[in-house]
Amino acid sequence: MKKNESYEEFVKGIWRDNPVFVQVLGMCPMLAVTNSAINAIAMGMASMFVLVGSSFLVSLFRHVIPKQVRISCFIIIIATFVTIADYTLLALVPAVHKELGAFIPLIVANCLILGRQEAFASRYPTRLAVMDALGMAGGFMLALFSLGAVREILGDGALFGFRLFGENFEPWIVMILPPGGFLTLGVILLFFNWFKYKKDEFLADVAEAERSGS
Amino acid sequence: MDNLPWIFVSALLVNNFVLTYFLGLCPFLGVSNSLATSARLGLATTFVMLVTAVCAWVLNTYVLIHAPYLRLICFIVVIASTVQFIEMLIKKLSPALFRAMGIFLPLITTNCAILGLAIFATNRGYGFVEGIVYALGAGIGFTLAMVLLAGLREESELSNIPKLIQGTAMNLIIAGVLSMAFMGFAGLFSSS
Repeated sequence: MKKNESYEEFVKGIWRDNPVFVQVLGMCPMLAVTNSAINAIAMGMASMFVLVGSSFLVSLFRHVIPKQVRISCFIIIIATFVTIADYTLLALVPAVHKELGAFIPLIVANCLILGRQEAFASRYPTRLAVMDALGMAGGFMLALFSLGAVREILGDGALFGFRLFGENFEPWIVMILPPGGFLTLGVILLFFNWFKYKKDEFLADVAEAERSGS
Repeated sequence: MDNLPWIFVSALLVNNFVLTYFLGLCPFLGVSNSLATSARLGLATTFVMLVTAVCAWVLNTYVLIHAPYLRLICFIVVIASTVQFIEMLIKKLSPALFRAMGIFLPLITTNCAILGLAIFATNRGYGFVEGIVYALGAGIGFTLAMVLLAGLREESELSNIPKLIQGTAMNLIIAGVLSMAFMGFAGLFSSS
């Protein structure tokens, strides 16, 4: 039972409540850094570290933090983790750090992270909070990667820097420029809407059939 | 001081915060369903940006030289208190506007456009006047993008759009087209 519960919290973030595709949170870093798959992965890792770390701390201190100043406390905890992530990336992979630039400090303003602290980590025990954070961060990473991969393949004809097509490939430059981000995400959301619509239709059909059958 | 107009136009059009840097998308997609609300939210954001630019300059010049690793925490605390102050001000002056903005007023705190402004201005080493001009350009650019999207969305309410595409998907595609239009401004400065 207990194991199932934390598994449930983990899985819901990846698909059913996917932070980007379903809840439409955390859009800013989402669109800005996804012009290549490797940037998307680096951003996903940094966000995961920040989200899991701050969920753990917030959940640990949830009885100590006074309700009136909780938002400020959350933000300071998040900012601390972001500073750690920023300096770690600078030390380990300076090239990626340079590419992501100001968007690493901007993780602090990602509504997804603050939203999870407020909605989940500050109300549930530590184990569940960490599982929830891992699931949400996984879903976020999945979304970042799918957007980054689509944009890099269409806009540059490559994935992780490896050429996928022959010499004759004409890159669709606009995909790696800002408009491509908006358009790609719009189309992906359209696909999710369609999926949901089909599922609702199917469920309605099943209910109809059951009613007429009985 | 030659570059002041350049900084302003660049932040306003060429490097528009919303459509080129993807900053401040949450209010951009969330509040842009009415023209009046989005214009007011844009003005409130511009004001917060101006105050933030001044605070960021003071912090950078006098405090943070000694402890650069505290920059992010300092900025976010300053922005949060500014927003709190403006929230109280609006609540007092115009309760109707306060209700119309709802949750998005406190959320200016987590509006990445504001923090982004402070960080970009710091990274580029802008001085006091340059910082203020930059903030003004960025704020007006943000308002412009908000108002444009709100206008388009109000028009689209009247037309017959398939149910499947309504909502965020359509807004993102509209934003994509707007962003493409703004890319046309990139040729405004040939030597930069």
